[in-house]
Amino acid sequence: MANRSQIQARAAMMRVRFEAAGAQVVDPPLLQPAETLLDLYGEDIRARAYVTSDALRGEQMLRPDFTLPVVQMHMSDGAEPARYTYSGEVFRRQELNPDRSNEYIQVGYEVFDRDDPSGADAEVFSLFALQLRGLPLRAATGDIGILTAAVQGLRTTDRRKAALMRHLWRPRRFRILLERFAGRKPAPEERDALLNAEDPLAVDAPMIGKRRATEIEARIEALREDRDTPPIADSELAGLETLLNVRETMPFALEQLRDVAVDLPQITQALDRLEARVAALQARGVDVARLDFEAAYGRTSMEYYDGFVFGFYAEGRPDLPPIATGGRYDALTRQLGNGAEIPAVGGVLRPDLMLEIEEAAQ
Amino acid sequence: MSLKLGVPSKGRLMEKTFAWFEKRGIVLSRSGSDREYAGKVEGIDGVSLILLSAGEMPRELAAGRIHLGVTGIDLVQEKLPRWEQQVEEVSQLGFGKADLIIATPACWVDVDTLDDLDAVAAAFRKAHGHRLRIATKYHRLVREFLTDAGVADYTLVDSQGATEGTVMNETAEAVADITSTGETLRANHLKILSDGLILRSQATLWRSRVASYDAEDKAVLSELLDRLA
Repeated sequence: MANRSQIQARAAMMRVRFEAAGAQVVDPPLLQPAETLLDLYGEDIRARAYVTSDALRGEQMLRPDFTLPVVQMHMSDGAEPARYTYSGEVFRRQELNPDRSNEYIQVGYEVFDRDDPSGADAEVFSLFALQLRGLPLRAATGDIGILTAAVQGLRTTDRRKAALMRHLWRPRRFRILLERFAGRKPAPEERDALLNAEDPLAVDAPMIGKRRATEIEARIEALREDRDTPPIADSELAGLETLLNVRETMPFALEQLRDVAVDLPQITQALDRLEARVAALQARGVDVARLDFEAAYGRTSMEYYDGFVFGFYAEGRPDLPPIATGGRYDALTRQLGNGAEIPAVGGVLRPDLMLEIEEAAQ
Repeated sequence: MSLKLGVPSKGRLMEKTFAWFEKRGIVLSRSGSDREYAGKVEGIDGVSLILLSAGEMPRELAAGRIHLGVTGIDLVQEKLPRWEQQVEEVSQLGFGKADLIIATPACWVDVDTLDDLDAVAAAFRKAHGHRLRIATKYHRLVREFLTDAGVADYTLVDSQGATEGTVMNETAEAVADITSTGETLRANHLKILSDGLILRSQATLWRSRVASYDAEDKAVLSELLDRLA
């Protein structure tokens, strides 16, 4: 096993390479205000991050990643365009798997640049591939933007689209919603009774709690509206399903997705962006003909990514977490930007795992 | 050395545990005054009685400081990550039955399932600027359950007692708590979600997988388990 100073030496070396690529070194604090993280990730983050507190500042979290503080820093006083690099510890609670580290070093690279997003995607990916050169790794790529475009272009109500978008990262709930909106699952009888009632709120229970009667009425109205909305068309549903199952090398994936676009023309622009990215990757010497692309990749773990996503995995070591991951997170900059926004893409590497794989290979 | 048996130190849970063992010919009793937390064991040699709060039992079992202990399934699963590797279920005792459930105000006529709760949570957050609060002391179990069900936009708030009152006091919008008859929930104008059952619990005798057992302990354990079977 590599010791701590070997890991730090490797991290420093990798950071220097990112500096050489034009990045400025940043060093965000270890303690992050819990509220921002909770707002972003929801209650789930408590299972993944260590929470501590004091009477003055309230709840703080040991940083579970760098992306959030780096984005916050850039949005408050960053120059444009900007490239940042960092290395340091992140902390993750591990309640289920004792073999996973609860503290490890990440080295990262983040690009905030309005011009040429495809070029920036390719820049990050190829710099990562360079850092990882020689290791027996498999790269996976995807694009959350295609799924997002498909959902937002469905011929149905905004309310349904918003509900689907909210659960894009929870495939099971997404499917339940989709099946309901497509009329595949009838509503329970009690629901019909409620919606048909003259005065649904007339029940033998006092109004208690912070949720007011008007809010209940508003939801019932929304449910009535939804009941009277025609189901999502079979062709759209089939298109979405085909889309989610696309898993091919880049050129074939693009071809299959162009076929999907016959039923779901709303993804055409997203596919044009994918095509531009493929060209940009190729221009940087990436062998795109052999690069895997999965349309559903990044849907379960990468909550703030909304475009290009990628990961590098150790061949023959399914027990290891990904060696590197990254992606585009334009929406996150909007969320944290107080009105401002900027296209952004970046990722992190795990020097500890790189050393472990190198050792095993010897 | 002797085999250490942990039993809840108070109330009905202690009395019923004593009665359960007595039916199997093992007489447990508190020694001295009611206030003293020491006990004795008659009817089998080599077992000593440790009186403990039911809430501390999982920790003591997992640390191997007691070999056997009686406590609820809810407490073991909440307090011990990967509990199967630390303790083994010997026997469910048939009392202390309670369900860990999610309940909302009965006046929420539009809410019957987790699906509804999730939709309401999204609207609530938009209307009130904070996430829908669920009061509970079972943080891990509730969070895992809701994550698995794909419910978002909620937050857990800690409530160590009188949890059913939090909705009326407007410190929470829903609760996740144990209930046996549902009486307290009804009295506080709450209803259980139709798919809101997180866990069925009852008083259970557990064996620690981490405690050390010498040859004598092993002999006593196998005799005891025979008698209890």
